[in-house]
Amino acid sequence: MAPLNYYLLLSAFMFCVGVLGVAVRRNAIIVFMCIELMLNSVNLTLVALSSFIGDPTGQILVFFVMVVAAAEAAVGLTIIIALFRNKQTINIDEINLLKW
Amino acid sequence: MLAQILFNLAFIKPEIALTMTLCAAILTDLLYKNRTGLVAGIVLGGFAAAAIGLATQAGLSVSVFNGALAIDPFSNFFKMVILACSSFVVLFSLGSNEVSAMKSRQGEYYALLSAMALGMFLMVSATDLLVMYVTLELSSLTSYILSGSMKAQKNSSEASLKYLLYGAFSSGVMLYGISLIYGLTGSLNIFTINTVLAHGGASSPAVLIAGIFLLVGFGYKISAVPFHFWTPDVYEGAPTTITAFLSVASKAAGFGMLMRAFKVVFIDTGALGTPGAWSLLHGIDAQSILIVLSILTMTLGNLVALWQDNVKRLLAYSSIAHAGYMLLGLVVLGNDGFSATMLYFVIYMFMNLGAFYVVILVSNNTGNETMESYKGLGARSPFLAVGMAIFLVSLTGLPPTAGFIGKLYIFAALINAKMVALAIVGVLNSVVSLYYYARVFRNMFLRESTGETSLIPISMPTYALLLILLVPTILLGLYFGPLVQFAQYSVAMFGIK
Repeated sequence: MAPLNYYLLLSAFMFCVGVLGVAVRRNAIIVFMCIELMLNSVNLTLVALSSFIGDPTGQILVFFVMVVAAAEAAVGLTIIIALFRNKQTINIDEINLLKW
Repeated sequence: MLAQILFNLAFIKPEIALTMTLCAAILTDLLYKNRTGLVAGIVLGGFAAAAIGLATQAGLSVSVFNGALAIDPFSNFFKMVILACSSFVVLFSLGSNEVSAMKSRQGEYYALLSAMALGMFLMVSATDLLVMYVTLELSSLTSYILSGSMKAQKNSSEASLKYLLYGAFSSGVMLYGISLIYGLTGSLNIFTINTVLAHGGASSPAVLIAGIFLLVGFGYKISAVPFHFWTPDVYEGAPTTITAFLSVASKAAGFGMLMRAFKVVFIDTGALGTPGAWSLLHGIDAQSILIVLSILTMTLGNLVALWQDNVKRLLAYSSIAHAGYMLLGLVVLGNDGFSATMLYFVIYMFMNLGAFYVVILVSNNTGNETMESYKGLGARSPFLAVGMAIFLVSLTGLPPTAGFIGKLYIFAALINAKMVALAIVGVLNSVVSLYYYARVFRNMFLRESTGETSLIPISMPTYALLLILLVPTILLGLYFGPLVQFAQYSVAMFGIK
């Protein structure tokens, strides 16, 4: 089995890719996918740590994160559809009625 | 195991009442599609049942479900604030044009309100990072939907998308912090985490980074700078009833969770000190972070509010500034600071809900929330204008209103802890806030109305509701002894003196 560090570095990398994606991508759905990537990198961290420590709590949290991520995706896509019906765009640069 | 779970159920009566309310509201909405008043009634009844449940738990201090939840005076205090605020918001919604324009979807609206109240109830009781995360998401997800509940309005759906993206991002970062803490300490229970940290079980830079990640999630919920970016947009775009709800109840829940996590995780239980004051774990300077956060939050909130032309947006920045004042109570690192923050919350609930209620009533009549529409309000509806003036004076923190007492206790706690400079920053900020509240006064009383000049009709229930908010805003400024004592009593958390 690969050492714990490998898992942690991989998940930290995935997390950074997710954060970067949220910062630079302009399509709301892709931003949303990047957020899901962040959650999944956390899941990887938790599973790796959990098996390293030998304690199941972390893996239990992973199940909850998965359920929350699914609920978030459902709510998120609904909101994106509602917005698209109003504005015919999901580019977050053009979603700018409210500022300062 | 099963017997233990059944036994523990007896301690979460308010939460059970809210869960049943949620189910009943959804079912009623399905069965009687157009009886939205009925759903609102059921939700109000459920809140009353939860209040009775809360009353039976007064004075308890227990940990239930294997240390997942703590039922203690601290959580009961915040639950009372949340419940009172939720009930007010349901009553506001019954008279709001924005809500009645939702037509058949009103039932869902009330059902989601009770779901959000449930999430916030669990948030303030959570003593486990897993429960904290899940309940934070429960209240967040419902608030994304609620802020977008005016589907046909561009502003509302834009607000809800922004809220969703910021919220999901912040909670993702928070979750990464949770996973780091779990790796460092091997546990998700905040008491165990404290024990491991106190015995030097983790290096402090790593704990600091994990703690900052956690703070992103908490900071987003209480809309502290620099995690506040969603606040003005969401507050402006969401239905005003939901804005009022987010600015009080959601913030109360966030603060309750932050205060518990901060106190339990970072306190050094082994250190001897004077009663009521506590020392932090060695090597983790959580206090400086909070000081920076509160100064930034107050100052930015007040300064940006200066050039707002939408009253809802102005109140959004004002609520950011108020989060800054309340953070000052945490900086003190003592029970008197905590009780000052909790006292402030009760007062803040009355004055902020009151101000938003006036905004709802004015926009029912004028159809918008711009500064313009407040011109000549003093002539069009003296009662609303005087009420708004009192709420704003209280938000500024001038005597003889309740807002003064709230600020007084926070600044007194700071001065007792020898943090005079910070208290001065707070007072200066209150002075700045007077300027932008005064712009509303000027428009209401000194300017002529540019459009409509007819009187604004006010119904009897509206009068009554506004008085219920107005009377405590003045009365608590004159007679506050019992409330202060109650806040000081409620500082007690499970497992900590």
